[in-house]
Amino acid sequence: MSRFAIETVGLNHYFGAQAVVKNLSLQVPKGSIYGFLGPNGAGKTTTIKLLLNLLQSPSDTVFIFGKELNHNRIACLRQMGSLVEQPAIYAHLTGKENLINRCILLGIDKTKATEMLALVGLTEAANKKAGKYSLGMKQRLGIGLALIADPELLLLDEPTNGLDPNGIIEIRNLMLELTSKHGKTILVSSHLLAEIERTATHVGIINKGELLFQGTINELHNLSKPSIRIEVDDHATANNILSSNGAEIINEKEGTINISYTGKADMGNYNSILVKNGVMVYSIGTEKKDLEHLFLDITSKN
Amino acid sequence: MRSFFISLQSEFYKSRKTLAFWSAILLPLFICVAIALGFIFKYENLLKHPPQILWFYFLSPIVGIMGSLLLPVLVIYNTYSITNMEYKGDTWKSLFSLPLPKLSIYASKFLYIIFLTFLTMLLFAVLIIASGHAIELFRPQLQFGNFNPSEIIFKSFTKMFLSSIGIISLQFLMTLMWNDFLKPFGLGFLLTIVGSICANVGWKYAVYIPHAFPSLTVMNIMSSKKGIEFGIFDQAIANSLICGVLVFILGYFILLKKNIK
Repeated sequence: MSRFAIETVGLNHYFGAQAVVKNLSLQVPKGSIYGFLGPNGAGKTTTIKLLLNLLQSPSDTVFIFGKELNHNRIACLRQMGSLVEQPAIYAHLTGKENLINRCILLGIDKTKATEMLALVGLTEAANKKAGKYSLGMKQRLGIGLALIADPELLLLDEPTNGLDPNGIIEIRNLMLELTSKHGKTILVSSHLLAEIERTATHVGIINKGELLFQGTINELHNLSKPSIRIEVDDHATANNILSSNGAEIINEKEGTINISYTGKADMGNYNSILVKNGVMVYSIGTEKKDLEHLFLDITSKN
Repeated sequence: MRSFFISLQSEFYKSRKTLAFWSAILLPLFICVAIALGFIFKYENLLKHPPQILWFYFLSPIVGIMGSLLLPVLVIYNTYSITNMEYKGDTWKSLFSLPLPKLSIYASKFLYIIFLTFLTMLLFAVLIIASGHAIELFRPQLQFGNFNPSEIIFKSFTKMFLSSIGIISLQFLMTLMWNDFLKPFGLGFLLTIVGSICANVGWKYAVYIPHAFPSLTVMNIMSSKKGIEFGIFDQAIANSLICGVLVFILGYFILLKKNIK
């Protein structure tokens, strides 16, 4: 039995001659919230469509709960709910009718539609035509449609698009509840690391079709090593003094120098050495690259 | 099989509020009421005709226009509307990401379009008979009741319905391949005109043009002995059914290889 809800092995996909997914090996552990990150056009939606068998993938490259997707399409899809790009809804039907139609197709009790409307906060707009919904309401309906069959695995492609801050918090809490209380697995894509950071247990960073990082959120944090930022009156002299005392210079700008952090004691020593050699130290402290910058660093590498 | 029936049920649920569904019902109603009103208000010239001719006068304009234009256009429109519902809401992707066999989704849509055409043809047959008898209530001098046209009417509309299967399959394939209004509609109209001309000039290969099948069928009905002695199956109908089956199978294999974007 696989411990991964999703596993891809060297997955490639081409649009004509252009490779849009390159040798992708995703591993989404069961019960995790997997933040699938990448800038626009990185290949996130294409990957999600490959996972749903909407785009053709080669055999033995996509596994859902250990089952090969192409040979077990129905069994795999039975365990999945999805929201891909903008919500797919019938504008001429009401929100409730959209959900009832999904119940018909999935062969489930139609009362589920009412439950879902309440869950995504659309009870009052249940009988309004979905075409007249705001973007946020459409997004909620899309999430309701993805959740209605109570799937084990949810694929949500930028689910907070168009939602107001309250809506974003609600979706975040819903994702946490679904994984912690109901043991679901969620793959959620986004181009905003800050959004993923608060909920994800695991992160995969993709750019130009290549997976550049995959691991737990803590492993991502660990990539961001702290540095010492020193503000001085004469950075050229300070640079010479610090270099001759074994400090690793990361970068220097007019008036500030960044060196590698090696410990509190070293930081105190560097300070006193500079002062003793006549360099005025205006400020000294540790600096850690935030995840947003780290994300930009990672995605700019390829 | 269950997947097929729930897909079909969903097609009905989704389309029951669309113009395609209502046009399938309202078109025969509107045309029959319009012709009936013509009979009621302009009845003087019709008094001299026997009931068989009265029925023929009622039926012939409908059947005539049906073969050359109305049936192909109705089929082109219905096919476009039913598939466009999915393009408009970008719902193909959600439909094909459900745990349903692709064949069920594909076949249910195809059969639903066939059902809508069947419904229109059935309503035409029933409403023509009902209109004839209703006219007699208002104008007892027009003795529609003295001739029973049921067999000829049902045979005519069954034949016309079968002649449309080939067009449905081709139009369905076109709308699946192109998310576009102009290509399936434009090409459908062009083929209808070409087909109608080829059928009317008696070109011997017209029997191989699906969009010519309704015209050929109407010509076969109109030219039959006494207007009633015609069989349901002829070369055009057989070709229509063969075309329907072959294009349906071809479309399914195209769909299996198709990426849903």
